[in-house]
Amino acid sequence: MASKVIHALYIDDDILMDAVKKVRAEHYHIEEVYTPFPVHGLDKAMGLPHTRLAIASFMYGCVGLTVAVLMMNFIMIEDWPQNIGGKPSFSYIENMPAFVPIMFELTVFFAAHLMVITFYMRSKLWPFKEAENPDVRTTDDHFLMEVSAGNHDVDALASFLGDTGAVEIKVIDKEEDNH
Amino acid sequence: MYTLSNRLRLFSIILMVVGLVGLVIGFSQRPGSIEEVKEMMAAHDAHGGGHGESKAHAGDHVESHASEHGDDAHGGDAHYEHVLHQLQNKPWSALYIAAFFFFMIALGVLAFYAIQFAAQAGWSPVLFRVMEAITAYLVPGGIIMFVILALSGFHVNHLFVWADPEVVAHDKLIQGKVGWLNGTGFIIRAAIFLGGWLLYRHFAVKYSRLQDEDATGNKWYKKSFKISAAFLVFFIYTESMMSWDWIMSFDPHWFSTLFGWYVFASLFVSGITTIALITIYLKSKGYLEFVNNSHIHDLAKFMFGISIFWTYLWFSQFMLIWYSNIPEEVTYFITRIEDYKLPFFGMLLMNFIFPLLVLMNSDFKRVNWFVVMAGIIILCGHYIDVFNMVMPATVGESWFIGISEISAVLLFLGLFIFVVFRALTKAPLLAKGNPYIEESKHFHY
Repeated sequence: MASKVIHALYIDDDILMDAVKKVRAEHYHIEEVYTPFPVHGLDKAMGLPHTRLAIASFMYGCVGLTVAVLMMNFIMIEDWPQNIGGKPSFSYIENMPAFVPIMFELTVFFAAHLMVITFYMRSKLWPFKEAENPDVRTTDDHFLMEVSAGNHDVDALASFLGDTGAVEIKVIDKEEDNH
Repeated sequence: MYTLSNRLRLFSIILMVVGLVGLVIGFSQRPGSIEEVKEMMAAHDAHGGGHGESKAHAGDHVESHASEHGDDAHGGDAHYEHVLHQLQNKPWSALYIAAFFFFMIALGVLAFYAIQFAAQAGWSPVLFRVMEAITAYLVPGGIIMFVILALSGFHVNHLFVWADPEVVAHDKLIQGKVGWLNGTGFIIRAAIFLGGWLLYRHFAVKYSRLQDEDATGNKWYKKSFKISAAFLVFFIYTESMMSWDWIMSFDPHWFSTLFGWYVFASLFVSGITTIALITIYLKSKGYLEFVNNSHIHDLAKFMFGISIFWTYLWFSQFMLIWYSNIPEEVTYFITRIEDYKLPFFGMLLMNFIFPLLVLMNSDFKRVNWFVVMAGIIILCGHYIDVFNMVMPATVGESWFIGISEISAVLLFLGLFIFVVFRALTKAPLLAKGNPYIEESKHFHY
């Protein structure tokens, strides 16, 4: 089904932030905003739900810690106990200080890597994926707001967007929804 | 303008009076002779495990004494004399720990304040008056520390073994350190450290007030910036030496190269926590209307981050010594783990695990009662940290939390509250001349 969207381009992140707030106040629907760099507070202004990435990261960290404990327990205590520096070789808890760096590193390793992979998956990003970016200038110095025209009057919406400080406004017919 | 309520004034004075009375009792209860020690220990043994307030370790206490009796090579009175010295040291150590703990809070806040200027931070100027008020405690706290240090350095009490000429005469290792560890040098260094810190504090506060009166050209602000940067250089050297002198020299045979940083982390996190607690208190009383929950959030982030930093330094010190297991180094931790098991591991729980779990979630850092709860635990934890640094060397296995420990904390807590809140009344709560004050008011995360 064909749907009409309006692309409004801005050249400043502060103007963009104000525009986003105004557009939301008028109850127009913002499909997406493309920016060349992360804009602080944009997610809140757009009304996006709070990210749950932090919770996922905490759980990944717990997994990493568990893996480290089990791994060191198997390697150093169960499978092949060694006498290193006269330390007790048969007790995990008494050798624990020596394993803390490993526990720390694996916690960070798991949390960081799995968090990045989760982020890519949630953002539907993978190698050789074709960019969804509608305008190549948003990778340089322009900010693009995609507003769904819906049942609104397209001309009124376009002139309203022009008043919010957009430097360029394009009406696009979308053949099919990519999302 | 803040006005000190009569209730708070009365509360702080009561704390001071109770603390002072308790300390006098603590000092008067010190055993004077070996016979008294024998009597006390006999009474202690008779009581057995379940003994009133000091229940948790009373049991260990008796056990450790009992085991020592068994293999006591010196025989008879040598052990009792040892305990006698330890018990005579106990009120002095309690006084020293509490005096140092509240002093280090003010010092940590002073360093934090200087960093805000040197970094030209935009979020924090609304909190500057709170920080300035806390650093006001440096004056009385510093004088008290100086008096106690002078008494200890010249062997009026037995806190520092290196101050005892008789001990030094039989100790080759201390003899080698006499060039640094002697009463005169000790006092001169303390005077230089305290003098420099107080000097910076005096001018920083003065310029901050002058900037309010005349903000044109930010003349006073620029001066604040310069002296803050200079102070930070002075501070990081003197703080390190202060930690060797005032704390590490309790164990004059032992040394650790990152001790200065370790003490710094402790005083820094205690200072930031105190800023957060006093800010939340003042807000609850209807002051500081320009402080929003983003400021509290940032303070809580610092509490969280510096707690982790403290743990990192604690562990770096512990693991290397534990791993290499060199007798003259590892004795430091063996004493603490054998005789101070509960405070030693309890402190790790309070200073690391608790803040880690409670302050990890970003939403919790904005909930005032969460920050207050975490803050109180962190402050108690760092008191125990100082306790663990001082007590094993001065009191050894004869420690317990008794009347002198509690009274000393009450005394200095009362003094701290009195001085800090009185200093708050001296200037408007908003440093309106600061060039970043608008940014700070609108700070939003």
